[in-house]
Amino acid sequence: MRHWLNRRIDRRRFLKASGGTAAGLAVAGCTVTAEEQQGTAQQEAPKATLPYPRTAIARASELTVDEPVTFNYPDEQSPCALLKTGRPVDGGVGPEGDIVAYSTLCSHMGMPLTYDAEARTFKCFEHFSIFDPELRGQQVCGQATDDLPRIQLTYDESSDELSAIGVAGLIYGRASNIL
Amino acid sequence: MQSVTDRIPLPPVSAEKRQLVCHFCIVGCGYYVYKWPINAEGGRRPEENALGLDFTIQLGAMQTSLSPQMVNTIEERDGQQYNIMIVPDRECVVNQGLSSTRGGQLASVMYNGQGASANRLEHPHLHTGDDWVAVGWEQAIGLYARLTKRVLDREGPDQLFFNLFDHGGAGGGFEDTWGTGKLIFSGLNTKMVRIHNRPAYNSECHASRDMGIHELNNSYLDAELADVILCLGGNSYETQSNWFLVHWVPDIDGSSNAKKREYFESGETAEPGRIIIVDPRRTPTVAVAEEVAGAERVLHLQPHPGTDQALFNSLLTYAYDQGWHDAELIERHTRGFDEAMRANRLSLEACSRITGIDEADLRKAAEWAYAPKPSGHRPRALHAYEKGIIWGNNNYRTQAALVDLAVATHNVNRRGTGVVRMGGHQEGYIRPPYPGGRPAPYIDEEILAGNGRMLTVWACNAFQTTNDAERYRKEVIRRSEIVRRAMAQANPYDLDALADAIDRAVTEEGGLFITTIDLYTTKIGQHGHLMLPGAHPGERDLTAMNGERRMRLSEQFMDPPGSAKADCLIAAHMANELRALYEAEGNAEMAERFAGFDWAAPEDAFEDGFRRANQEGSEASGHGDANNRLVTYDRLRAMGNNGVQLPVKEYRDGELIGTEMPYGSYEFDTDDGKVHFIPAPWEGFLEIAAEQREKYPFWINNGRTNQIWQSAYHDRYIDFRRGRYPLAPLEIHPDDAAELGVDNGDIVEVRNDYGTVHALAYLEPDIPRGQTFMMFGYPYNVAGDITTPAVDENIVPYYKGAWGELRRIGRYEGLAQGVSFKRRRYR
Repeated sequence: MRHWLNRRIDRRRFLKASGGTAAGLAVAGCTVTAEEQQGTAQQEAPKATLPYPRTAIARASELTVDEPVTFNYPDEQSPCALLKTGRPVDGGVGPEGDIVAYSTLCSHMGMPLTYDAEARTFKCFEHFSIFDPELRGQQVCGQATDDLPRIQLTYDESSDELSAIGVAGLIYGRASNIL
Repeated sequence: MQSVTDRIPLPPVSAEKRQLVCHFCIVGCGYYVYKWPINAEGGRRPEENALGLDFTIQLGAMQTSLSPQMVNTIEERDGQQYNIMIVPDRECVVNQGLSSTRGGQLASVMYNGQGASANRLEHPHLHTGDDWVAVGWEQAIGLYARLTKRVLDREGPDQLFFNLFDHGGAGGGFEDTWGTGKLIFSGLNTKMVRIHNRPAYNSECHASRDMGIHELNNSYLDAELADVILCLGGNSYETQSNWFLVHWVPDIDGSSNAKKREYFESGETAEPGRIIIVDPRRTPTVAVAEEVAGAERVLHLQPHPGTDQALFNSLLTYAYDQGWHDAELIERHTRGFDEAMRANRLSLEACSRITGIDEADLRKAAEWAYAPKPSGHRPRALHAYEKGIIWGNNNYRTQAALVDLAVATHNVNRRGTGVVRMGGHQEGYIRPPYPGGRPAPYIDEEILAGNGRMLTVWACNAFQTTNDAERYRKEVIRRSEIVRRAMAQANPYDLDALADAIDRAVTEEGGLFITTIDLYTTKIGQHGHLMLPGAHPGERDLTAMNGERRMRLSEQFMDPPGSAKADCLIAAHMANELRALYEAEGNAEMAERFAGFDWAAPEDAFEDGFRRANQEGSEASGHGDANNRLVTYDRLRAMGNNGVQLPVKEYRDGELIGTEMPYGSYEFDTDDGKVHFIPAPWEGFLEIAAEQREKYPFWINNGRTNQIWQSAYHDRYIDFRRGRYPLAPLEIHPDDAAELGVDNGDIVEVRNDYGTVHALAYLEPDIPRGQTFMMFGYPYNVAGDITTPAVDENIVPYYKGAWGELRRIGRYEGLAQGVSFKRRRYR
């Protein structure tokens, strides 16, 4: 019996799911120590207890509504997406309070999520889970048992810079968000 | 509950490992439990943790399913704390490593006195007229038995009422159906019992069984071998998730083609499967099927609600007229086909008028499912049905029409076929014969008529899951209050005096004494008088079977909370107390009725019930056959999460050998071994429902969403679930909503002649105009309040048959602001 987990991933479906909406702009991050985070104006108190790096991602003025920017955080093995939703949302940062970021590994089994700009949701093409980036990554429908892990952001008005400073929720495929 | 969400402890290699079948739906996915002391932790290198995975690096997709909900800290009765992790079993043929949104939370619902589990019932509770107090088992069962005996001795068994679970998995299993059945049917001998979610003791599949075909008549593998899957009144992506994802998806995306060639005859066409989905609503399953198979291989038929029977009859007629039936099978293995064919005959044109489905689509469905394949072989069509049929208009006749169709086209007994219910709960039924007739008494109506002195509610909750629920609830509460007033005047510690006071209230004043046995205080239980705490899988040993009759042992790995115990042991405690009372007064005959409950553990009930069942001289009957005697706990344990498919054929070389296709020899479950066709002409709607249909503008369809299991007995306490649906959602078309001035998140009132209910508006363009869909069985507003008392000839309700009018009540931001109203369809 062929193991279902090794089932062929339909190339057509994968390309269709991963193409199109996700912008390819990746911004190299710079990492700072936990000590340097002290005094940073955070939007919310993280439940996290790990020593997360502070990583610059992008400038808010460079973002376009509904065009996610991919980046890696807290390390190079963890793909994430930064999204300007175009309307203020819970936990959003930036001048309009509309910028959020999430891990793009599905919290269910780690398949890459894609952003559907029409539905305004992140979707998994393998088990069809759907997450709402405008509501703290809430699972709209699907097989995960957790909402999408949120990347905690901070925004520096003087430099217009957005930085990742932590993760709320467990990134798929890890026992700890910091490897 | 995990308070830290960005790291989890790993099981050390020394962790204890047990097998556990998910108890949340019919599919029964296999899981492993790891348990280890609280102050230990495995390392991240693969040789340092029991999972054998390398957590020093990012794991690749699909290598595991591991979330904070799969980890918990538990506390045993001796105060010792342990970590547990419950993860899906990759070697289990059912789920093959996949977890669903329900099974993925198994660890998080285990008891530790905090989080969701803080609400578990730890000890028996007695209502003293003004409040609940914890009492010991001796006091609780002492009162229960004394009152039972008073009613039984004076009025006979017909005043002892039960609302009784009948399933496996959560809330029961072979041990518990037997324990309760032996007490209630053999001991008390009452027929005044309603079953699980229905107001009488009936089957949801009487028609299929009357025809000689049990409703679980294939294997999950058959979905991978089907040329076409007919999904009839079901939403399997949400409600049988891993059957759909692991076995249907490979069929319709073509990845099981190699397997088809293995099983098919030489030269037989083997192509990616097609799927026909019959549902008035475009469900999330339709959307996923179109994504997977491509829209060209999905046919979604949207009949007018309640007209499925006409659809099946016209498909049968068309297939027969084309010569696509199996004349040889009909001749050799069936009876009554000609009569049924005459009765069921319905043209495509007439069907189109009744169902609203285009004739071209009807023809297409028939061709997909029944026309010979390019190789000339008969197609393999799997007919899978669920609540749209089971709780649809006239269960018995509709199901008969469907099974007529499937048998006439030989879609039973061949690999890739079957005419099966998809199922809700797992199964696990062994009981003495039900002492009543058929149809069984309509128990809810009896309650409304003032009958019944005691109502014992065992692991079910009619306040949330019965039909015409508002009327039932109001009357049960009224009658309960009579008893509470009497109890307030009595000494709760003088059991005989208390039993006398209650007895007077139920006999002379119309009161109803209510006992519930459950994990939590339930909606009905909180209005009762006695609550007894049960235990669920993991807290006791339990056996059950899934939708392909796959039986497994779920092992106990921790203590139940407080003094809670397995339901079979609660039944035994009741029986033993009754026996003692009868012995004390020298009534040997009655004492003997309650003998044979000398059980210390669920395994004792298993030995007494399951292993003796279906054999000469045993009153125990149910799933499996006489070979049940070959099954022991030790043998099942050795079979792991793959267990054995009932009926068992033999025990050989240390393995239990089961049955993949139960009617392989074409010997069906009738007196002559032949399938007996049932004539099922289309006769329109059940009358009571038809009146509401004429009167009100909106059809109030109801059903499940994948994140909520059953009555939400666990889920109501879990933020991830309750936060998603603080109030039952009601899907409505945006244009209908606009006309009513309703927006996403508004509270809408639904009203008809039977009740009023409130729901959270969820605008969805895929819902047809004039239709709505409300989540069923939820505590935070009960869809059943507006269902009617319409039932079929066996008292199976037409739960789907509600119509009503809507109005906007208002908006509470506290409810709406945390809820996503994004589309639940994948596309």
